[in-house]
Formats: sequence, structure tokens, C-alpha cells
Amino acid sequence: MPTRDGAQAAATAEIETLTIKDYKSGDKPVWCPGCGDFGVLSATYKALAQLQLPKKDVVVVSGIGCSSRTPYFMSTYGFHGVHGRSLPIATGIKLTNPDLTVLVMGGDGDLMAIGAGHFPHAAARNIDVTCVMMDNQTYGLTKAQASPTSFIGHKSKSTPYGVITKPMRPVMFALTSGATFVARGYSAKPNDLTQLLQQGIEHKGFSFIHVQSPCAEFFNTYDYYDEHITNLPEGWNTQNLEKAMALATTEEKVHLGVFYEEDRPVFERTAHEFEAQINEFVLDDYLKRFA
Amino acid sequence: MPRDDFVIRIGGDTAIGGVISTGENFTVAAARLGFRTFTFRTYPAEIKGGHAWFQVRISNRPVYSLGDGCDILITFDQEAYELHKADLNEGGVLIYDSNLVAPEHDGFIEYGIPFQKIAREELDFVRGTNVLILGVMAGLFGLPPASLEEMVRNRYKRRAELMEKNLEALRHGFEYTKGIQKQDKFWLGTADHIARLIMSGNDAITAGALHSGCRYFAGYPITPASDILETMAVQLPRFGGVCLQAEDEMAALASVIGASYAGTRAMTATSGPGFSLMTELMGLASMGEIPVVIVNAQRSGPSTGMPTKLEQGDLFHAIYGGHGDFPRIVLAPASVQNCFRVTVLAFGLAEKYQMPVIILSDQSLSHRTETIEQVNVEGFPVMERLRPDGATPEDYLRYQLNDNGISPMAIPGVDPQTYVSPGLEHDERGHPRLSAGIHEAMTKKRFRKLELVRDHIDTEEFAPRYGDEPAELGIIGWGATQGSIREAVDRAREKGYKVAAMHPRCLNPLPEKRLREFIESCERILVPECNYQGQFAHHMAAELGVQPMRMNKIGGLPFTPGEIFAKIEEVLAHAYA
Repeated sequence: MPTRDGAQAAATAEIETLTIKDYKSGDKPVWCPGCGDFGVLSATYKALAQLQLPKKDVVVVSGIGCSSRTPYFMSTYGFHGVHGRSLPIATGIKLTNPDLTVLVMGGDGDLMAIGAGHFPHAAARNIDVTCVMMDNQTYGLTKAQASPTSFIGHKSKSTPYGVITKPMRPVMFALTSGATFVARGYSAKPNDLTQLLQQGIEHKGFSFIHVQSPCAEFFNTYDYYDEHITNLPEGWNTQNLEKAMALATTEEKVHLGVFYEEDRPVFERTAHEFEAQINEFVLDDYLKRFA
Repeated sequence: MPRDDFVIRIGGDTAIGGVISTGENFTVAAARLGFRTFTFRTYPAEIKGGHAWFQVRISNRPVYSLGDGCDILITFDQEAYELHKADLNEGGVLIYDSNLVAPEHDGFIEYGIPFQKIAREELDFVRGTNVLILGVMAGLFGLPPASLEEMVRNRYKRRAELMEKNLEALRHGFEYTKGIQKQDKFWLGTADHIARLIMSGNDAITAGALHSGCRYFAGYPITPASDILETMAVQLPRFGGVCLQAEDEMAALASVIGASYAGTRAMTATSGPGFSLMTELMGLASMGEIPVVIVNAQRSGPSTGMPTKLEQGDLFHAIYGGHGDFPRIVLAPASVQNCFRVTVLAFGLAEKYQMPVIILSDQSLSHRTETIEQVNVEGFPVMERLRPDGATPEDYLRYQLNDNGISPMAIPGVDPQTYVSPGLEHDERGHPRLSAGIHEAMTKKRFRKLELVRDHIDTEEFAPRYGDEPAELGIIGWGATQGSIREAVDRAREKGYKVAAMHPRCLNPLPEKRLREFIESCERILVPECNYQGQFAHHMAAELGVQPMRMNKIGGLPFTPGEIFAKIEEVLAHAYA
């Protein structure tokens, strides 16, 4: 007869059998060949497998766009919502069940355009989700219009004279909004990205991972990023917000790694601890205030 | 013979203060003695200052509406007098500050009292003017002052000096009336001293939600729904729930959808402008088959409209709003008491049929208070969401195509049967399949649930009938108009007319059998509603193929029983001519 410890060890052994394959839904991704999102998806499988997270305890939430199809390729729980609302949907899930691991995955259109009104609030509240933004600087699903992160001068179907809007800076946006873990990765460096995802998931609080994830079909930036990316300086201090902001706004290089980390109370935990004692709702008692 | 069922209206500038609180205090004191009360209030849209008024009908018999006009008008200033004198009934009483108001002496019984001067010079307490007026009201109309004294003591129990000053003002007002020659016939008499509840529609909706197990609420402040958010913010943490003040109404409903997906009963509350913003997400909840409850406390629209005034103008939006074909349930509570039941039923229907349920309240119902009998919690069927009992994760079909359309819903973190909740058209597992056949099968599946709801709600609970059978005239109303219709029907029947009323609580789907039976038992049908387009009449015409007579009011104020009674007489007199 197994002892209690033995049973626990057996359970652990069973969980440890979770492999990358276990997190795949079996549906083939609908992305174009060469799409950066393949790299992000495989890094996500790897991070989950390394963390050995039970499938039933993980929810992948997305909005609309190429990258927002991600939940369908996962065997975990998932939520494919409407355009722009992934963060508030994830907020409701976490506030109800803080123990779930929630990943919010979407693109630059979903999170920096139509859903940009939600982004700073989720960050400021410090909801404990990992928000992975696959930034291809174009609208892929609707075929090649400009996005909020397109470069100045970028000619697209919707900007035939070239983009004249200053591109948004997602890392800076996250830092100023109060995100407590801010990093950048590159889809063509999946091992580093896996590491960032793992750190982001383990971080308690709002983690933002900006992933340069080129669109091979409509706006191929592989050459640009191969040339411009560089790791954050050796011995980078992740506690210095001012320096993080400086490197988040520099235009000479695109830095990869963890820009900033902060330990701050998580909204959903605090919100569940306002009252020391939780009572059953008793209607007759409640109605006394109206007597 | 004394009149013991009458309406008191108080008007003045909110900058002076005390208009609403004077009325509220009088109401609560009367209700605690067992009187039935029915209040109505409107606030100015201005932040500080502007005209506000409060009205209460008091009786020792049940009251169902705000009444007709007012019998006693208390004006703090000239503006209040000018605005309300036309509503003062024949034989009515005008009470006014004799230094601030110059009435035209056109036939009303008048008591001019220099309230502010007395408060300033005799009491040295100008802020006590409204308490002084309370004392005068109690003395003139027969409310024992002890009940008001108790309220003052409670309110200032930690501020002894203020308590004494207020008590002095109250007693001074009461004593003052002994020197007044009473010329009117309004006198409260005695009540039954039975404890009842004084609640607003928003209070009753909140209580119903908490009782239903709602443990997540998200909302964005908006008149007249904000106090649901405020109450939830206080109450939910006590019962293990969470309340979120969202960054906008889209975030509010999105997070409610997320919370429900994660297994918690969840609700949001808003008014027209916010409801418009929620529309896309309402479609998502219906597509993903996620139970949510959305309260829309309607106000005058379109656009920002008249935020503090009522209108029943969002029915089309609630029933038909949104892109694509999707089922949703629309309920409309008919009174404060009914707000509680309708909310409990809304949660049950949402859970059982896995779709959005909209509660269409309105500004008058949100903010008015009624004395109601103890809340009746009997007779609610148990309605829970279907869970994936026993299916292996491999075989689990979240959107299983079956006879009744209700398919099992797994809960993250609890059930091993993982799935993706989709906004795209999907197969039985929830994965995107954009074929014509799947779309047709899934659309039919979603609407099969609405057919079940149609059977579920074709009952007396959801469509009560009142009055004669058969009848010369049948009135079909919805929402907060019920009380005025009921009192108008009573008056008409006293005069010998054969009149009946039906007041469905479920507007989508319609309780079809009961409505058809009612319509067949009446020679003609009238639909009164507070909107321009006759939205419910239009809906009935589309659903039942009937063309009722319409009666529409769009001034931002509710129907009075007298207005509906006059219409009954007009219709039937015309019929006899």
C-alpha cells in the first residue's frame, strides 16, 4: 500500500510526463509559411512543458488577428474573444479564480489599437496574467493594412502615401502603465523566448512580453531585426525603471531580454482579502438594512 | 371625511440642500409605522445646484403607483412653485417659504411659513430648515413626531450637539403647526405597524443577484445604474465575491463573460449608452453560450439624452440589437418587489439556457422606493448550468448537437475537459469550422434553447393577468408601468367598464400562448409605453401578428394612473358612440 508521500510522488511523476506534444490541440496552425507566430507558439508549448502546468489549470485568452488564433492550437483551456477585449476577459477569469495560469496572446492591432484602452488598466491593476504581444507591425488577417507599430513611411494598402503616425512603443507603454514584468523577445530566437515566457508565467503580476514576430507575407522584417536586435547589456539591473524607459525608447537598437521587474501586490489576491471573514449570504439578514 | 391616501411633492434647488432628504426622512418614518409609500424622484443633471424634486405617495392601504399629480406641494423657492403649481390637484395644499415664494393665490389652500427666517432667527440654525419643515409636515398631516425624532437621533448619534439642534428644529416645526388653522382634509390616520421593507428597484436587483449566488460584478459608473455598482463594491467582498470598476462598459461585460466562463455567476449593470457599447460582447456571450446577466436601467435617449429621466426606449436594442442572428432573453421587472424575483429568474435562465439575459429596468424603477412585503423566495425552480458529467476529455463536446440545444459546459481549473470558447463559428468541440452546414446546424442549436425558454416562460409568473375576463378593453404593458395600469383598471372597473391587463415579464421570447389567450378574451388591445416608436407594440405585431392601439408618452416622466384611465374612457366612449 503506498504511503501518502508515495502517492504524492506518484502523482508528481504522472504530471512530469507532460511533454510539448501534450499541449498541442492537434489543429494545424493556419498561419502562412515563415510566420513569426510559429516560433512563439512552439516557445509557449515548451515553457508550459518546462513548468509542468496541468492543462486544466491553464487558460489562453486572445482577441482577433492572426496571432489571436493561438488558443485553438493549444490543448489547454482557451478563450477566443472579440477584437480588443482579451485583457478584460482574462481579468474576469483571474478575479474569479486567481489560481489559474492565464496567458493573453494577441497582436499589435488587438492590444495597441482596438484594445489599447484596456492595456494600461490591466497593467496598473497588476492582474497576474502573462500578456504576449506578437508584433508584426501589420494587419495580417485583413491583409496588409498599417498597424499602430508600423514604421513611419511604411507604405501599405491603407497608407499608400506612407505611415505618418509615430509608431507606438509597446515596451514603453507597459513601463509607464505599471506593468511589473516587461520583456522583449524575437520569434526567430525561440530558446530565449521560451526562457522569457517561463519567467513571465512565474512572475506574480502583470507580465508583458513584446515579441517581434515578423509577417513573412505582408511585411517581412526578418532582415531588419536580424540586424537591429541586441541583448540588453550584460548585468542589466531589472529594478531601474528610468534606465528601462531609456532603452525602451531608443531607436538605434531593438533590445531583447527582461527590461524591468517589480514586486507589487496582485489585484485579484488583494480584492479577495478585503474582508478577513467570508460569510454565507443569508437573505433575511441582508434585508434587515431595508427595514 | 379625511383623505388618507395622498401625494406630497417637495421641490427646490439642490444648492440649498435637503429637498431629497426631507422627503426621504418623511417616507422612512411613515413606512416604519406601517404606512405604504411609493416615491418618485428626479435629480438635476447638473453636478451642484439645479432644481430637484421628490414625491411620495402615502396611504394605509397598498399603493401601486406614484398617483396623480400632487395633493400637497412644498416649495423651497419660487422656481419650485412655478414648475409644479400646475400639477397641484384641486383642493390641494401649498406650503411655501413666505419670504422666498410669492404665490398667485389661485384657489389652493395655502400655508405660508417663513422657514428660513425661523431657522435663522429663532433657532440660529439655518441648516436645520429642512428638519423644521419635517416637523411642520408631521404636525399638519398626522405623522407622530416620535418616529421622526428616532430618525434624527440615529442619524446624529455620534454628534450630540447636532442631534440636539436638529431635534429642537423638529420639535419647533411640530409646535408651530399648533398655531395654524388647518383648512385641508389630508390626515394620515393609523397604519398597521407591520414591518415592511423600503427598497428601490436597484436595491432589489442587487439583493436578488446576491441571493442568486452572483459573486462577480463589473460595471462602469452611469446614471441611473451606478448604485448597483456601489452596493456590489461594499457587499461582494463580504460573501467571497469581487466587484470591479471597469475602465469602460466593454471591459465590464468582457470581464463578466470571463468570470462566468471560469464558473462564477456574474452580472453587469448599465444604462443605454453603456448598453450600446456592450452590444458586440452580448453577441460573443450568445455565440460562446456563456451565461451572463446584464441590467440595463433605461434612461431617455438617444445619445446622452436625459440621463436622469425615464424612457422605455431600449427594447428594440435589447431584443434585436447586435450583428448576426443570436438568441438572448429579455426580462422586464414590473415593480420594486418584482425586481427581486425577476433578477433571481434571470440568473436561473442564464445558467440553464447558457445565454445572455437582459434585465430592462428604467430610471423610475431604479431610484424610486416602495414599501414592499417581505421578499418572497418561494417557488424558484433550481436552474444550474449543465456540466460535462463523466465525458472523457477526448470525447467531450462543449457544443454537442443534441435535441434541446443545451450542451455541457466545463469549468477551467475544475474539469479536465478543456475546450476553447469561440467567437468564430465552430464545430461541436468549439474549433473553427466555417462551412454552411456547420453554421446552419449551430445556429439552429442556439435557437433551440430559445424555444425551450419560450415554453418555460409561458406561465402566470412571467405573464400575470389582472381584471375582467372577457373584457371590452385589454391593456398590455411592460416594465415599470404596471402599477399605474393596475390602478387605472381598478378605477375603470369601479365605473362599470370591463377592463383587463396583462403585464409580461419576459419580452423575448414572448409568452405567446398566454398573450394570445388574453388578446382573444378582449375586444380591443391597448399598449401604453414610454417611448415614441411604440417598440413593444411593434414587437407584438411582428411576433403575434396583432395590431394593438398604441399610447405613447415621451416626456421623461412615468404614466400616471389618471392618464391611463382617461385613455380607457376615451377608447371605450369612442367604442360606444
